[in-house]
Amino acid sequence: MSDIPILKIGDCLLVSIQVDMHDRLAMALQDDLTHRIVTDRARGVMIDISALEIVDSFIGRMLNNIAAMSRVLDAVTVVVGMRPAVAITLVELGLALTGVRTALNVDKGLAMIRDLIDSPEHTNARRER
Amino acid sequence: MPNKESVIAALIDKNQQALLRGWLAAQKRDNRSRETNAPTADVAEQFLRHLATGAAGGRFDDISTPEWAPARELLEDFSRARVSQGFSPTETATFVFSFKEPLFEVLQREADGLAQIWNITLLLDRLGLYTIECYSRTREEVIGRQQQELLELSTPVVELWDGILALPLIGTLDSARTQIVMENLLERIVASGAEIAIIDITGVPTVDTLVAQHLIKTISAARLMGADCILSGIRPQIAQTIVHLGLELNVVSKATMADALGLALRRTEKVIVDRAKVTAGTGD
Repeated sequence: MSDIPILKIGDCLLVSIQVDMHDRLAMALQDDLTHRIVTDRARGVMIDISALEIVDSFIGRMLNNIAAMSRVLDAVTVVVGMRPAVAITLVELGLALTGVRTALNVDKGLAMIRDLIDSPEHTNARRER
Repeated sequence: MPNKESVIAALIDKNQQALLRGWLAAQKRDNRSRETNAPTADVAEQFLRHLATGAAGGRFDDISTPEWAPARELLEDFSRARVSQGFSPTETATFVFSFKEPLFEVLQREADGLAQIWNITLLLDRLGLYTIECYSRTREEVIGRQQQELLELSTPVVELWDGILALPLIGTLDSARTQIVMENLLERIVASGAEIAIIDITGVPTVDTLVAQHLIKTISAARLMGADCILSGIRPQIAQTIVHLGLELNVVSKATMADALGLALRRTEKVIVDRAKVTAGTGD
């Protein structure tokens, strides 16, 4: 188990990262989250990083990985609450996180997940499977 | 035996009035284009006094010693004033150099003065160069301040509509400006909760690979904050350049800001209606 709580809101999972991420914690979170997506049949994952002041390339890659893994498990991932300084740093590092959806805050993130889940392409894709 | 510096100091003290008169006359002649006004006479008198003090205590070949501090300070203030009054460097330096003539006349009259000509020339040259240095330093300060102001002035972030920001870029984008633009934009995205940012490049004269890269960075950073960007104001030449350079901006682009605003409104599910047409429509 990682120290980062994963909260379930309807069919979404909310992960709020409040402590500084070290690499092992990041790996544990990845592990935990994928398990929870499967067991809770979650369709959306929201990762709140508003408390993070430092996001290095490893954490950046982890966010990308989580998004990719959730996609494989048929859940959409939205990263919310990134600080301006963090955004600039990531861009300067060349990590534009192109595979990850982003929103300004939890509110908008939740709305975005609702939109994505309810959009016809997504439900169609689900029905076809 | 008195050394060369104190000889000159005594000389200046003794001939102060004659020197001052000769100097002011020389200045008047050299700066024919401008009126030699009263403050210059005051400054000249003060300078003469400081010169005597400096010569009494200091050495001619080193004006950085404390003995010369009053003279340097005076020249510094003088150069600053000249910059703000719009004088040229030559006109500013002439203030010091025109002192040579009356001084040499006095030296010639004194029997033991001739031997000092070389030393005194050295000193006055140094003081003249110091004046020029102060002059250009002041100029550079002005330029630096203007650059800073330009940076701040030219990167406004405008709220066009609820949730729609516009970023009209004017001038060339270099790394320093991109940084400021990005910071401003991201701060405003946080403050206003905007979901769409329109980046207008009508005022950007050229788009090369570097400018494009800066644009991409800004767009990516905004996206990480959850805001989508629309690029607008792309002039035909710039569209051609972008294609010729093979740049891939990966962003929705519109020719004009109006088109971009239209798209932004559509995306946020808002409409602007022509009230006259609406009332006419319902009236029928």
